[in-house]
Amino acid sequence: MKLSNLIYSGGQWLSDSGPLHDVVVSSRVRLARNLAGMPFFPKCSQEQRAEIQERLRNEILSANIVPEMFYVDLSEASDLHRRFLVERHLISRQHAQGTYPHGVALGPKENVAIMVNEEDHLRVQVLRSGLQLEDAVQEAMRVDNLLEEHIDFAFHSRYGYLTACPTNVGTGLRVSVMLHLPALKMSGEIEKVFRAARDMHLAIRGLFGEGTEATGDFFQISNQTTLGRSEEEIVEEFCSCMLPNIIDYERRAREAILSDKRVFIEDKVGRALAVLKAARLISSEETMYLLSVVRLAVHLNLAEGVTLETVNELFLRTQPAHLQMMLERNLPSEERDQARADYIRKRLQGE
Amino acid sequence: MKHNCDKCNKPATIHLTEIIDGQKIEKHLCQDCAASEGITVKADVPISQLLEDFILQSGAVEETREAVCDVCGMTFTEFREGGLLGCPNDYDAFDKALSPLLERAQEGATQHTGRVPGSASAAQQRQTALLRLRAQLKAAIAREDYEQAAVLRDQVKELEES
Repeated sequence: MKLSNLIYSGGQWLSDSGPLHDVVVSSRVRLARNLAGMPFFPKCSQEQRAEIQERLRNEILSANIVPEMFYVDLSEASDLHRRFLVERHLISRQHAQGTYPHGVALGPKENVAIMVNEEDHLRVQVLRSGLQLEDAVQEAMRVDNLLEEHIDFAFHSRYGYLTACPTNVGTGLRVSVMLHLPALKMSGEIEKVFRAARDMHLAIRGLFGEGTEATGDFFQISNQTTLGRSEEEIVEEFCSCMLPNIIDYERRAREAILSDKRVFIEDKVGRALAVLKAARLISSEETMYLLSVVRLAVHLNLAEGVTLETVNELFLRTQPAHLQMMLERNLPSEERDQARADYIRKRLQGE
Repeated sequence: MKHNCDKCNKPATIHLTEIIDGQKIEKHLCQDCAASEGITVKADVPISQLLEDFILQSGAVEETREAVCDVCGMTFTEFREGGLLGCPNDYDAFDKALSPLLERAQEGATQHTGRVPGSASAAQQRQTALLRLRAQLKAAIAREDYEQAAVLRDQVKELEES
């Protein structure tokens, strides 16, 4: 399996339409683990980092986690490949940097991605489309069990699984969902959601996680508390306390727009589709903004002939590294804008 | 100055200063009592901020600045600057300073009740299972689900006697 094959084959978590996909784009679970008897990543020498990567790569690949799992050594990967993996949400931005030994193990369907030598020695990530957090946590536990057969993880009787940053200690579990909330954004009620989330000890971030701005009406919500609750309790609390309300608010806001501002929304959708179908040069920001409108339109039955699958695919493949991987060469920004516009026209007009 | 909660005498993690009629009133509360008074604390504060706050309040600087982990050589000051620990032993080496900090960052929790590695001793696993059951029991009583509470109480007893 080669990384470049993922361009056309992978990304099940984004191409499938899971439960509640009109609002919940995807679910993500992350488990942080560290090797017992090893310093945490920041205190590791270069030799120790190499030793950790060697050991974990072998253990992961021989543990039969998913069929055809493969390992990408990021210290040897090209810039383009690293950026591609970030755009695909398989590694963090932080993990894309650096020449020290670090990498990621991936399955061809991209449902599991295991980062080695990130902030912790091991970060198991499970991705699912729509709202499937319980399933995702079960899968993460299964992977954890498989790895634990051969690896001793740092564990403390009081603090549980030990992590480099004390905010992850205990379960090491972070659960998150990526939400598409265009109607709440339009109605200006999004601020209320943010405030409520903060009161409930949840964090809100942008599309690419920590330290990123929310773009194109996408928001990532995650738990902050990792200690003092079991894995199941964390998921249950996360899924029951606020998520149903947010989904409900967004759906109601959409209905309100349809009934009170039908012409306004039809105009917005018509313009978005017209630009996407006619533009000869288009930036990734404008694309993201317009596709967000089209994604909403698909769920409101206002975009005839456009499927959710096409919209999801365009979100992924119009990103800079994706375009360059498809064209198999590096492009300066202006040529990228042209290539992006060409690709979108082709996909939306079925040329 | 380290304060205990004005209401229940547990270590206070929330400190308020109010000026009423020109009079300065200081309140020190634990997480639970603060919550019952309707005071919520913003949880998305970065760890560095939590650390700064904690250090300013507790005057723990003198005590902990010198703390060094004898396994990895990390100093508490170094952790304060970078926000990341150096090795598993740091959790014990800096325990005094870390535990109130964790309590704040983790909604008052100080004890892991989740999964335990398969390789952990049977005693360890039993201990964690007990902790988890007791927490569930407490929650069941709080929501007046006595049927569930009775079941949980039996499970605790059974596990304790096993």
